[in-house]
Amino acid sequence: MNSTYEVIIGLEVHVELKTQSKLFCSCSTEFGAEPNTHTCPVCLGMPGVLPVLNEAAVACAVKAALALNCTVHPFSKFDRKQYFYPDLPKAYQISQYDEPLAEHGSVPIVIDGAVAKTVAVRRIHMEEDAGKLNHLGQRLGDAKGSLVDLNRAGVPLVEIVSEPDMRSADEARLYLTELRNVLSYLDISDLRMEEGSMRCDANVSLRPLDYHGSLEDLPRVEIKNVNSIRNVYRGIEYEIARQAEKMGRGERIVKETRGFDDQNGRTYSQRSKEEANDYRYFPEPDLPPLVLTASYIEEAAQSLPPSPMAIRQELAEAGVTANDAEVIVADRAALEYWRSATAVFADKRQVTNWMLSDVSRLLNAYGDTFWTARVGPQALADLLALIERGTLSGRMAKEVLDRMYETGGRAEDIVQSMGVSQITDKAAIQAVVQQVVAGNPHVVQDYLSGKDKALGFLVGQVMKQTKGQAKPDMVNAILKDVMADYAKA
Amino acid sequence: MRIYEMTAGDIASKVRRKDLSATECMEEIAERIGRVEPSVGAFLHLNLDEAMRQARAIDNLPSGERERLPLAGVPVAVKDNMATQSMPTTAASKILEGFVAPYDATVVSRLQHAGAVIVGKTNMDEFAMGSSTEHSAYQLTRNPWDRDRVPGGSSGGSAAAVAAQMVPVALGSDTGGSIRQPASYCGVTGFKPTYGRVSRYGLIAFASSLDQIGPLARNVDDASLIYEVIAGYDPLDASSLRVEKALPKATDVSWANVRIGVPKQYGSSGLDASVQARLAEVISRLESQGASVVEVSLPHTEYAIAAYYLVAPAEASSNLSRFDGVRYGYRASGADLLEMYENTRAQGFGEEVKRRILLGTHALSAGYYDAYYLKAQKIRTLIRQDFEQAFAAVDVILTPTTPDLAFRFGEKSQDPLQMYLSDVYTVTANLAGIPAISTPAGLAGGLPVGMQWLGPIMGEESLLHIARGFEKLWPSEGWPALGGEA
Repeated sequence: MNSTYEVIIGLEVHVELKTQSKLFCSCSTEFGAEPNTHTCPVCLGMPGVLPVLNEAAVACAVKAALALNCTVHPFSKFDRKQYFYPDLPKAYQISQYDEPLAEHGSVPIVIDGAVAKTVAVRRIHMEEDAGKLNHLGQRLGDAKGSLVDLNRAGVPLVEIVSEPDMRSADEARLYLTELRNVLSYLDISDLRMEEGSMRCDANVSLRPLDYHGSLEDLPRVEIKNVNSIRNVYRGIEYEIARQAEKMGRGERIVKETRGFDDQNGRTYSQRSKEEANDYRYFPEPDLPPLVLTASYIEEAAQSLPPSPMAIRQELAEAGVTANDAEVIVADRAALEYWRSATAVFADKRQVTNWMLSDVSRLLNAYGDTFWTARVGPQALADLLALIERGTLSGRMAKEVLDRMYETGGRAEDIVQSMGVSQITDKAAIQAVVQQVVAGNPHVVQDYLSGKDKALGFLVGQVMKQTKGQAKPDMVNAILKDVMADYAKA
Repeated sequence: MRIYEMTAGDIASKVRRKDLSATECMEEIAERIGRVEPSVGAFLHLNLDEAMRQARAIDNLPSGERERLPLAGVPVAVKDNMATQSMPTTAASKILEGFVAPYDATVVSRLQHAGAVIVGKTNMDEFAMGSSTEHSAYQLTRNPWDRDRVPGGSSGGSAAAVAAQMVPVALGSDTGGSIRQPASYCGVTGFKPTYGRVSRYGLIAFASSLDQIGPLARNVDDASLIYEVIAGYDPLDASSLRVEKALPKATDVSWANVRIGVPKQYGSSGLDASVQARLAEVISRLESQGASVVEVSLPHTEYAIAAYYLVAPAEASSNLSRFDGVRYGYRASGADLLEMYENTRAQGFGEEVKRRILLGTHALSAGYYDAYYLKAQKIRTLIRQDFEQAFAAVDVILTPTTPDLAFRFGEKSQDPLQMYLSDVYTVTANLAGIPAISTPAGLAGGLPVGMQWLGPIMGEESLLHIARGFEKLWPSEGWPALGGEA
């Protein structure tokens, strides 16, 4: 349907910076406090009060800009963006308009561990967040009233604006994922879309293939405030289909702002942009320009952690598959866990496998993360060492891991108390094998006549009799030996 | 000498030495205010009980502490656009009727820490927009020299309170002349420091890049004393300067070493004959003392009023947006949010404020910003450069403070443009950020005449020194008779 159009997507991402205090006052930025308890005359917009810039927020924003490969400007300034709304105490938002903190960055789109495409970042600027309205009713229109909570008013944000470089919902998803990966290693934000500490507006338009004018002039639809990367993907998919269908019918696309309903996966019209606000931007006279020295910027660049691409490289060199590496890169806690575990256990692939299967299963079950995992990297390494030494089979180790997670106990103690340690005594296994071979002459015949499957049955019988404690590869080898002798006899 | 006639400096030194108790001083000031205020109307709020409490607290201090207070027991009036916890702060607007700030402006806490006693809050043009104090939502303030005339504005209440000897000193704010013009009309000294010298924290913003707080006093020494207390870096104001302030030398001015510039562009149209004549007398008296008086050129002055009336309303339109009825102050009802906003602001703001909000909103609108606001900012730069060049050749620039004398109520309020044009001598100092002081130069036809002295950025030390020298050269002819005393 959209073969005659090219999809054009640009994303605006707001990221709340994790500073102790707000951007222009000393109020706490903590999420989830009682309404209006983290407020003061400055963030309430009382008469006569003045903003003072929080230098810690600048440091966070500069880190973000550098990590996204932007040029940080030694001179930038703050401007007032003006509109009336009850969640905006001063009736203007202090933002950066025509001279932003940083410009000309990039975010790689990574597929199978390699850079498939690079999306340009147009600009990054700092601004203050607005408060929140709690409507007493479904929507503002039919609300009986609205309660204003200004705890969030003045929380520092960076806005990261991409160029309209993405050509599919999937590219948008990958851009957002990588953007979040990059920022997650800087420790500057919680990056929780569901809590609003990372928010995305997606601009979607369709370029007819015979249109060669400016992309800026295409009618653009902005999907506002979507609360997960998955929903950004769904919203864009819906919007592409909606616009393509409209254009197919020869209808005009209206420049507008649309919301996303995650119940039915559709976007809906919020307001037409043609009647949009004139924000009357002008330079904020209460704040001097933000001047950063070359050495300040250089020091910030020097202190950046390795990028996700560098981490992928590290994981690939350790033999981690591209798919597994993506899971680890996307979760800083997982990476830290992986690094700690592989530092004390040499088989890195084994560590990766256990982390991403059984440990992850337990984390999900217990609602934990790799930061709070009750079986830490050392404990996992101890368990893996028991497998390596042959004390435990893989299957037994899973049970031991479950008990370790449940009780917080050490692997060796649990192995002892469960009595599950593996039987590696050749004579003991041989005795059971002799019994099984003697008790199943037909199956043995089948095996000897070439039915390989019969071996599995016999192994199973041995394992059953040893309550699963016999070492499987030894059982295998001994069975074959015994049956070979049997055949000769 | 009666206590109310004393200077702030005299009161403070007597209170420090216990030659006078702060309580005794406050009692007489309260009595004076009770007698004079009904005929002047300088105050919007008085809190004499709190003032007496503060006075007693100063008297009760251990002498070691009291002796360190530069303003021990000095009664001070504060313009009603500076936040005080002990009294309402309304900026003479209905939209802030009854508003009590939960914080003190930095200048207010600095005054109090210096031992001053805040007596009351003075009347003003609403949000400091005006030149006559007629634009107060609450009351008229009368010029103590002629009660049929305006005290000037917007700091008219502060100027009148000082001239009527209800307080020795008061604070005003100056965005385009709002300290100096009423000082001139009321025959007192009014001083606007360099932009950034005095913290604006707690000053209800009119035009943030122009606003500056300063003292009104009955002599230059008192103005300097207040300036010393209120000036200085404030971490709560990002535009406040991190530089040391210097006070004027105690020595006499040796006029032979002073180069005085008189701008040739300032003698033009609209200058009242009596003011022009007084300027000529002042120049000849200065020359007779050996001062060199030369003509200086400030070629961009002719654009100053236009630039000022773009920058100031533009910033005001933004600064006054917060008065929306949502969180504090006046709120009108409305069927929905938009109607509540509209009714609140339509009913809460006065005509002049609305006029400037409209002007400023227009100047910042898409498509007009470059032609208006941006161009006005460029003119500011040119005006600043004019002054830099002029101050390469002279130490100080002398002008009349206003082209006219105090006018009658209603005389100009029907014609806003005429009112705006009378700011011609004062607005350049705000646009350039330079310090300026208005000092009295006698009376003409029973009305005070003021002379304005302009100095280079951070040039307060020399500016105050010269102003004090002039004060000696042209001594005060006394104060208006009020309150039935002889």
